Amino acid sequence: MDLSFNAEERAFQDEVRGFIAKNLTDEMKRATALTPSVFSDPDIGMAWQRALHRQGWGAPGWPVEHGGPDWTPAQRWIFETECARAGVPNVNVMGVKMVGPVIIGFGSPEQKNFYLPRILSGEDYWCQGYSEPGSGSDLASLKTRAVRDGDDYIINGTKIWTTHAHHANRMFALVRTSDGPRQQDGISFILIDMKTSGITTRPILTIGGDHEVNQVFFDDVRVPVANRVGEEGKGWTYGKYLLEFERGAGIASAKLREGLKAIADLAESDLTGRAIDSPDIATRISEVEVDIDALEMTELRVLSALQTGQNPGAVSSILKLRNSEIRQAVTRLGADVIGHDALAVEPMRPLYKLNHEPAMPEEMLTVMPEYLNGRAYTIFGGTSEIQRDIIAKMMLGI
Amino acid sequence: MDLNLSDEQRLLRESADRFVAESYDADHRRKMANDPLGFSPSVWKQFAELGWLALPLPEEFGGLGGGAVEIGILMEAFGRGLVSEPYVATAVLGAALIARCGTIEQNQASLPKVADGSLKLAFAHSERAARFDLAKVTTSANKTAQGWRLAGSKVAVLDGHAADQIIVSAHIHDHRGPSGRIGLFLVQATTPGLVISDYPRLGGGRACNIELFDVHLPEDVLLGDGSDALPAIEWAVDRAMAALGAEAVGIMQTLLDTTLEYTKIRKQFGRPLSANQVIRHRLADMAMQVDEARSMALRAALQVDAAPIERARAASGAKAKIGRCARFIGEQSIQLHGGMGVTEELEVGAYFKRLVAFDTLFGGSAHHYGRHAELSRRAVPA
Repeated sequence: MDLSFNAEERAFQDEVRGFIAKNLTDEMKRATALTPSVFSDPDIGMAWQRALHRQGWGAPGWPVEHGGPDWTPAQRWIFETECARAGVPNVNVMGVKMVGPVIIGFGSPEQKNFYLPRILSGEDYWCQGYSEPGSGSDLASLKTRAVRDGDDYIINGTKIWTTHAHHANRMFALVRTSDGPRQQDGISFILIDMKTSGITTRPILTIGGDHEVNQVFFDDVRVPVANRVGEEGKGWTYGKYLLEFERGAGIASAKLREGLKAIADLAESDLTGRAIDSPDIATRISEVEVDIDALEMTELRVLSALQTGQNPGAVSSILKLRNSEIRQAVTRLGADVIGHDALAVEPMRPLYKLNHEPAMPEEMLTVMPEYLNGRAYTIFGGTSEIQRDIIAKMMLGI
Repeated sequence: MDLNLSDEQRLLRESADRFVAESYDADHRRKMANDPLGFSPSVWKQFAELGWLALPLPEEFGGLGGGAVEIGILMEAFGRGLVSEPYVATAVLGAALIARCGTIEQNQASLPKVADGSLKLAFAHSERAARFDLAKVTTSANKTAQGWRLAGSKVAVLDGHAADQIIVSAHIHDHRGPSGRIGLFLVQATTPGLVISDYPRLGGGRACNIELFDVHLPEDVLLGDGSDALPAIEWAVDRAMAALGAEAVGIMQTLLDTTLEYTKIRKQFGRPLSANQVIRHRLADMAMQVDEARSMALRAALQVDAAPIERARAASGAKAKIGRCARFIGEQSIQLHGGMGVTEELEVGAYFKRLVAFDTLFGGSAHHYGRHAELSRRAVPA
């Protein structure tokens, strides 16, 4: 057992650092630091995706034949850790990490040839059409319907919580193509061009003041049957496969650590009147740091198991749960650390392009929006309650 | 970077699990709870034969040179069986202090005997007024013409009643008064003036308080050259906390397994307890915390040889976090067993009490989060 990196891994670490030093501009870094939502806006995020793609690192988890870099789990760990440390943009994962693996796993050769290169290059920007107003945790109860008409489906219904639908040119969606005995039956996985007529997007502002999610309406939207991934009615299987990817991304501790470091820096600064001198704040920083240590070790244990081909099992639910809870603890700590400045609201976005002097120091601009928006972490991607159901069922057999 | 067990480590785990499963059951534990010694000398002999006493010792003195990960593997198995033999006192704390501070002669005189099971050790350090501050030692060691004179009181000495030799920490006084250095003295348990009062320890085994009434000792009982032993004490206690953390993981895993089984069998309102979501979620939280504790124990073990501040942060972080997980899992195991959980008729209580003892030993969660915070502000960022 060994926590340290071998010579090859250290060489790779240097390579990643070199790449970041060369490609991460000050503008990208500042924009990322001042983005309180989950993903960077596309101008920033896609600039980074293009740089990764030029290096052959556009899709770390993909197989080599589709443009993946063929990294070991340790290399992926190093890459993610270095990216978090440097503060690189948070690229929208809907393309590379979500629809990409589904197309690779279940798509037709034509779909692979068409979509995968456009995901890698950043030419396509994807959003996810899963949740509906009536279907949150009970996702399989979804009602958006696709009715066959010749070589097309005609889609009617609505999707909600659609992250970056207002930026995306494509959506992957779960739609009902028939009614089976179980509500999971009759769901199909379909790829939709967002410019198709009949699609409208309504912005939803979240409590932190950000426009990241939307509601999308489908009014007799024609989509070619050729845009269906895999078999008709098997969409639930593909969708679940994708959710496992979403939860089991598996390397979250590095970003949490950077988030905590930013708060700890504020706590040690005169800007907060040295909040750290309060023993309560100092201890809470340690509590959160120790929780991150534990999560990091669990992630490393999972990576080690993966490296020898073992299946880590339901642990992806544990990782998702702990990541979301710790992230909320970090943001809660932030809200307490900034003291008086927690009262001030900065409504303008993006925060990195303000054309006025904000009421608080720039270092604090994201603290309250992150705390407020952060309430969503234990809700999206399967609520904490659903994750506990999964742990009980899959790990404990109850 | 690799956190998989090696083949040797896997074998060690299998043999430890098998030994504990075969030698330790509820009857044995009940017998030990009422035994004046608190453990079984024949089991201790088997530990020696299996090489477990030699495991953590340096190879040049008859040891196997095992590291904290190997100790952790043994300790986790010990936790599953609530083993009460004085393993930590002798093989982890005592032997480590001799190996680190002792002269070659002192090592040669003691460690091979630890390995073969003929020498049991204890470490008498804590004092009531010091609470959990390792640096605070008022027991004094005065230089005399013949050697040393020790006076003072020690509390919460693990397995001191069973030890042949006791390592006593004392503040060295020279002719000018207190020197600011802590010395470690290897004292025969039978030395006149050394009074051991032992008592049953929460969760199994025994501990003792020790009074030193002007104990006169020869010169060569001082371990090493008399330089300040505090760094060695902190190092040894951090290692012991990593080992105890692994033991706590074994205890928690057993409690989780037992409680899970119980909630499947126990029926109320015509259905098993585990049919209730509130119970399933509680068990999911317990499983998650066992996993976190396992990660932290491993992390502490892998950092025992790191630079002092990093090592101490890992040890205190693990102690604090595992302690918190331990309380949760212990208390919830009792809760989910209902009234029976509060009785001595089930073993849930015994496992719970060992977890509480773990949380208390060398300082509880609050102390160690505080130590972690203090060390964090001293740490120089990499």
